[in-house]
Amino acid sequence: MNISFNWIDELAGLRGELRDPRVLAQRLTMTAAAVEKVETVGEGLEGIVAARVIETRPHPNADRLTVCRVDRGSGEVLDVVCGAPVIAAGGVYPHVAPGGQLPAGFRIESRKIRGELSHGMLCSEAELELGRDKGGIMRLADGLEPGTPLAAALGLPDTRLTLDLNPNRVDLACHMGVAREVGWPPAPRDFGGPVWSPEWRDGESGASGAGVTVRIEDLNRCPRYMAAVIRGVRVGPSPAWLAGRLLAVGARPISNVVDATNYVLHEQNQPLHAFDLARLPGAVIRVRAAVAGEPLTTLDGQEHKLTPEQTVIADRDRAIAFAGVMGGLDTEVTSDTVDLLIECASFDPAGVRRTRTGAGLSTDASYRFERGIDVHAQERALARCVDLILATAGGEADLVGLRAGPAPAPVPPIEVRVSRVNQVLGFGLGGAEVLAALEPIGFEALPGADGGDAGDGSDAVDGSDAVGGDVGVAGGGGADGTGDVLRVSVPGWRTDVAREIDLVEEVARRVGYDAGAGQDRRFRPSAVPADPRVEQAARVREMLTGRGLLEARSLSFMPEDYRGNRAVVSVPNPLSAEESRLRSAMVPVLLRRLEHNYARGNRNVRLFELGTVFAYAGGPGSEGDAEGTGRFEESGRVGAIVTGARRPDHWSGPGLDFDLWDLKEIAASFAERLCGATLEPLEGADTAGTAATADAPESGAPLAGPWLSPGGFRAVKEGRVVGVAGAVDGASLDAPPWAAPAFGLEFDLAAVEGRTVPAYRKTSPFPAVRRDLSMTVPRGVPAADVERAAREATSDLLRDVQLFDVYSGEEIEGGRLGLAWTFRFRAPDRTLTDGDVESEMSALSAALEKRFDARIRRS
Amino acid sequence: MIAAGASLLDRLAAIEEKGLVAIGEAADAATLESARVEYLGRNGQLADVMSRIGTVEAAARRDVGQRANAVKKVLRGALEERMKALESAAAAPVDGIDLTLPARGRWVGGVHPVTRVIDEICEIFAELGFTRVLGPEIESTWYNFTALNIPLDHPAADMMDTFYLDKDVVLRTHTSPVQARVMEAFRPPVRVVVPGLAYRRDSFDPSHAPAFEQIEGLAVDEGVDFVEFRAAIEHFVRHFFGPGTASRFRPSFYPFTEPSAEVDVSCAVCAGSGCSTCKRTGWITIMGSGMVDPAVFEAVGYDPERYTGYAFGMGPARIAMVRHGIPDMRLLYEGEMSFLQQFA
Repeated sequence: MNISFNWIDELAGLRGELRDPRVLAQRLTMTAAAVEKVETVGEGLEGIVAARVIETRPHPNADRLTVCRVDRGSGEVLDVVCGAPVIAAGGVYPHVAPGGQLPAGFRIESRKIRGELSHGMLCSEAELELGRDKGGIMRLADGLEPGTPLAAALGLPDTRLTLDLNPNRVDLACHMGVAREVGWPPAPRDFGGPVWSPEWRDGESGASGAGVTVRIEDLNRCPRYMAAVIRGVRVGPSPAWLAGRLLAVGARPISNVVDATNYVLHEQNQPLHAFDLARLPGAVIRVRAAVAGEPLTTLDGQEHKLTPEQTVIADRDRAIAFAGVMGGLDTEVTSDTVDLLIECASFDPAGVRRTRTGAGLSTDASYRFERGIDVHAQERALARCVDLILATAGGEADLVGLRAGPAPAPVPPIEVRVSRVNQVLGFGLGGAEVLAALEPIGFEALPGADGGDAGDGSDAVDGSDAVGGDVGVAGGGGADGTGDVLRVSVPGWRTDVAREIDLVEEVARRVGYDAGAGQDRRFRPSAVPADPRVEQAARVREMLTGRGLLEARSLSFMPEDYRGNRAVVSVPNPLSAEESRLRSAMVPVLLRRLEHNYARGNRNVRLFELGTVFAYAGGPGSEGDAEGTGRFEESGRVGAIVTGARRPDHWSGPGLDFDLWDLKEIAASFAERLCGATLEPLEGADTAGTAATADAPESGAPLAGPWLSPGGFRAVKEGRVVGVAGAVDGASLDAPPWAAPAFGLEFDLAAVEGRTVPAYRKTSPFPAVRRDLSMTVPRGVPAADVERAAREATSDLLRDVQLFDVYSGEEIEGGRLGLAWTFRFRAPDRTLTDGDVESEMSALSAALEKRFDARIRRS
Repeated sequence: MIAAGASLLDRLAAIEEKGLVAIGEAADAATLESARVEYLGRNGQLADVMSRIGTVEAAARRDVGQRANAVKKVLRGALEERMKALESAAAAPVDGIDLTLPARGRWVGGVHPVTRVIDEICEIFAELGFTRVLGPEIESTWYNFTALNIPLDHPAADMMDTFYLDKDVVLRTHTSPVQARVMEAFRPPVRVVVPGLAYRRDSFDPSHAPAFEQIEGLAVDEGVDFVEFRAAIEHFVRHFFGPGTASRFRPSFYPFTEPSAEVDVSCAVCAGSGCSTCKRTGWITIMGSGMVDPAVFEAVGYDPERYTGYAFGMGPARIAMVRHGIPDMRLLYEGEMSFLQQFA
């Protein structure tokens, strides 16, 4: 929202340090609305003056150029060659003389243009850096005396403040609103000049008079519609002061009539619209729902097909404007317009929103209607607009004004307890301080115990801003702020203030958010226990970062099918097809990240991610019968991928790539140390076909997917699969030829246990005895079974079993496999004797021979 | 048989001589160990002599014993000396090896920079008694909007900004719904921080992501006021951004807080003088916050006359960008190794 410093100054009469625009900006930022930008408008206009074009003739050598004879008030008449399409003889335009320069620093000299000498230049708004309009030369008011310096006429330079308004503070979208915040007395202000003060014709849903009829067909969509009629206007350029104001706030001057409506919008926040009365058949205004398919061409030339959710202004025959959004092209005010109908209405905020979103429009008017306007100040706004049009475009205003729709209800007063203010803020304020904060911005203390009266506010033409409602007894509070309960009126422009807490906020920001500093407050514990998932996630991160993996974060969206891996839950309004589903598993997400790394030439990739996966309740693929959030299931997951070198390359020799046994270590550690689960091989040939379903957790998204190659692992805890790991199937990954095999794992975060405190076990000071044992076993005997059997066959003196070689080859009998083990024995209380160890070893050997047909190699 | 003391003394002399040579010539630890076993071990030569002392004539026993102990001491001394020499030789530079050659590396893992920001923020609030809780990402419109005093026809609830999964089911647009869930489940005092993902239909660009991290905070009790709220946030700012960091609170609007405040911290890049990071304002906005609106207390069944509290929300991704000077939010979500490695 753009605000002119000069305009605020004119209204509020800024004093002291607030005369510095930066101080004003700081004050607004800290108490009302953030000022994003402070910039000067209309600098560098020295030497540019108003000049009247006396006559024009076509350029003899160029079709698109015009030669203008120009009077710039210096006594001599200059020829100026101009390329703009329309230059009117008798019109007044900004002129920069030879030797002068444009604000951007471009120096202008006399020069020949296609053989005709041109002295200086007539300028557009864009060339003067006053606006974006490059199309035409900026037309000034015809009455402006040639030679008048442009800057002075326009009231420039000015300082423009760009406000970032909070959505509740639409009242700050106009200069009166900002002026109130910084010291303009809330009492009404006389703008000078005569005031249009009509005889009102009122009606509950319609009114007639002044030769026109207004009918509101849906009072929910349009609670009030006022109109004024002005006849005999001369439409033309606005006077410079008016054009200058609009330029200062970044609006484009159009014509005196349109500019007057915009001026009132920026001054008072009331959107107004001027219709060309001659173009309204039957001189009827109807506010109604649009008819499906009905056409409307708006001012900007766009053609619309309407829907019944949209509200329109219509004449007898057709829609002529989007209510509260934008007028129509057919009825707009043009240079030929003589008679006007000025609309001053209020529209339902949600209705305006529907109307404008349906039309794909957003305008100054819709912005204000959507957030709420001061319905008690509409008469004042309409009168102001009529006055401005009469002053700038002439004509005669009809003495009858129309007011359709019920008068707005008075704003109820609010009771605010000083004790409540202090309970919420802790500033330790007294009643007088509370009132002192509120009264300068239009909240008035109302009598408490003894009643009293306040204006009913229905005829607020004269701008009686504070519209009090019924006044009653307020729990002992006095208008002087001595009791706990204060009763205050709410000004009509503060549509955001309706509750006691709203006033508490007003007090806080007026007193200053930094009030009450230096007080101590006690430490408070929380009755809410920490979520156990936080610790689960921390343990996972600790383990995986400790193994050299980096944490990735990616968006939760996936395409429906990513290289065979499907995501289930669909997003009905996705940003793109690539993001049309919510992820059902983490590994496919990481495979996309892996491919991104491949694209960057990264061969060594070690990533993990913790995140949420989504499914329909009732199992994979089903959409479920449940309602609401019950249709969906989300669960915490961790996925990881590793590929490439096991360690960074080193000059001492070639390194090895990550292989299945590195992955198994990560997966086994994860399963055993974090989950208390057992890692076991997935059932051989079975995996590819059924991994996705047979190994799914009991509900929710499946852990495994097509990415998981046969020959992987699963982690089982209490009979439930809580994780899978294995090589990444080539079909799930677009890998370059130089890529190493990739491995992935995915675990259910819910399976991760909290930290446990290990109990100390006595360590033995006595030496361990080591025995190596080579054996062959029939192929197919799992090494894990051999180890388990060895442990079962021995006492607890066996402390450690390590497989140090696996061999097959010529020296081994057919169908058998060699396994070489190291066993370590140790007693807690003595040095073991050979006899102790021998008896353990023979028990062990006997058991393995018997159970697995193991053949022990005796050396 | 009685052995001659003299022959044992001779043997001891030979043990001493040969032992010293063996120890002195041992080129590595293994050879040295075998020398120790040979001469000083439990079944070694010296032990053998000692075991025979009992067989020597009584008059010579004392001499032989003393001599044996002396030899033992000498050999032990030599052994230790040689051991130390071998150890220091192993550590010393060896001719012909360039010690400026690179070390053998190892991969260093690490958490994501946004995780680090989230953890630090939560830890600072933990000092103030806040516990860390989580909530669902799929949320009902009741918790996401209505319970937070956001009417469903509010622009924030618009299809344009929200991913609707179903008529009344959304991907949460903020972590604030967890406020309502926590208050329904627990009585005050409530002090929680809630990190998590939130979703908005923003296209993925340098400063927006359709899914992004948020941290919600909530403190509710009797007597919690704006002064306490400000003190807590200022404590956080000083500890997270550094003791010299200034903060300011300015009016804002959220449907679920009133009074509402945006919190700015002084720009660390330009120290407040204005730069591109702070868009020339000298300040960087880090959170939206305010006193919990009484309507929220009513929605969750707390007595708004008895309890007051404050709530705040922060975007750790944006804070990580400011902190590390990351120019484009998308970099955070690409999973690129050389990017992530910088923060490990």
